[in-house]
Amino acid sequence: MIQEDVVCSFCGCLCDDIRVETNDEGIVKAKGACRLGSSKILGHGPGHGRISKPMIRQDGELVEVEYQVAYDRAARILKAAKRPLLYGWASTVCEAHEEGVLLAEEVGAVIDSTATVCHGPSVIGVEEKGLAGATLGQVKNRADLILFWGCNPAEAHPRHMRRYSSNSTGRFTPEGRKGRTVIVIDVRETRTARLADRFIRIDPGTDYQVISALRLILAGKAEILGDEVCGISKGKLVDLVDILKKARFGAIFFGLGLTHSRGRYKNIDCALSLTAELNAHTKFMIMPMRGHYNVAGIGQVMAWEGGYPMSVDYSRGAPYFNPGETAACDLLARREADAALIIAADPASNFPRSIVEALAEIPVIQIDPYENPTTLLADVVIPCAIAGVEVEGTAYRMDGLPLRMRKVIEPVHPSDEEILKEIRESARRLPDDH
Amino acid sequence: MVVSVKAIMISGRTLGQGAACEAKMSPDYFREASSCSLSQADLRGLGISPGENLEVTSEHGTVILTPQEDRGLDPGLIFIPMGPWANCLVGPDTSGCGTPQYKGVHVEVKVTTFPVLAIRELFGRFGGTRT
Repeated sequence: MIQEDVVCSFCGCLCDDIRVETNDEGIVKAKGACRLGSSKILGHGPGHGRISKPMIRQDGELVEVEYQVAYDRAARILKAAKRPLLYGWASTVCEAHEEGVLLAEEVGAVIDSTATVCHGPSVIGVEEKGLAGATLGQVKNRADLILFWGCNPAEAHPRHMRRYSSNSTGRFTPEGRKGRTVIVIDVRETRTARLADRFIRIDPGTDYQVISALRLILAGKAEILGDEVCGISKGKLVDLVDILKKARFGAIFFGLGLTHSRGRYKNIDCALSLTAELNAHTKFMIMPMRGHYNVAGIGQVMAWEGGYPMSVDYSRGAPYFNPGETAACDLLARREADAALIIAADPASNFPRSIVEALAEIPVIQIDPYENPTTLLADVVIPCAIAGVEVEGTAYRMDGLPLRMRKVIEPVHPSDEEILKEIRESARRLPDDH
Repeated sequence: MVVSVKAIMISGRTLGQGAACEAKMSPDYFREASSCSLSQADLRGLGISPGENLEVTSEHGTVILTPQEDRGLDPGLIFIPMGPWANCLVGPDTSGCGTPQYKGVHVEVKVTTFPVLAIRELFGRFGGTRT
């Protein structure tokens, strides 16, 4: 069977033009998907490291159990904890996120997403400064200048350039790549940089200074600057500002080069300010290159449910948000979290080593389709269906556009939403003093 | 005398790491995520021979990685695909914003004959201890 216009569930591009072919054995082709999307869509079979049965750790070994036993054990762990953490959420649909917030309320947990180790600083920056945004459709149809800052879509979002940005063709951009100026600013010459018209290499950790210098030039105060800013000549920066001002519609895309480097949310704050100031001269927008396909969605759900987009503490009776205090890494580093439910994420791989050591000291419940390093330190492992391949639901593209993910094949395992609901109901049945 | 190079570590997504990241226990993921890239000048300076690996140390830990050359890197920069090997070098401090500093970590690099730890070895001392 052929299914047209399937939405890819790998990265924040949410490409919605994938042609998926299935037969009795599962998905056999994903036409139109990039290498990342293909690996996700085709990687659903049992030979791809899928967890087959729920497991509970007994005498140091993971032992297979029935689903209800795993739900009850998970509920007891969360209910007994004083400071449970519910973490992950980037690779599942918004229907599961809603259940997650309900579970956080039920057990008085902190709920946090993988945004805190990727674009969390962008979220904070946007809260401080606001964001001059646009949809990817507007960029495709109108942008004649694309600036990639600290991001490498050629490897992290492989279809971004062709579908939405530098190489796309649209209503007012019929010439595609030929009609656009593409600039890359990075600390290394990435694959994306090699495709640009202009590559500006900056020293690591100097994004804030360079953006500030551009803002000064834009404000007509170039004379304040020295001849060189962080290894770049002043002339080069003046030229760059000139190019930016001459654009009809400029689009700045930024990645973890800004959020993971020295300055973190202040880098974003500064880039957002630059974009706002460019709008005094021409039209400019800015957008974070969101990584996992629905990391933007968990931010939306948490914001509409509790008022805050990540790191929300439900232990006080009312939602409380203070990243640095309530973010997963900080809670674990302080040895404050005393139990964790990990869903649709792999913190054992993606947290700094000392924080993984803290996670290994507490009871861990993992909900995931695949075995990964978090499985190695989990006490309860609950296999789920793959959201966006085996389960339908809502996901938010990197520009905030909600799209409906399709169920392409029938699942063997329950969905994230069903699992979370069962754990919540089991927790509710337990006495309060448990 | 053991030659070492001081460098700044950047971690991030690569196409190969991304394509294997839903199968983290696979040989593909091991191959893609347990490598590091340096400039030709730095690799020459280290005097690395075929079959040897690199031992990379920050104030937060040490990890052994297979070396690669990347012409896009300036001397003094080392790139490691995001993942558990790179994160051995990253510290826990979030500067009050929830996000550790995954890029811009000061490291020292030297040649070693020790092997790269496979993923189960890397997490060997975790798990299997609780009931």
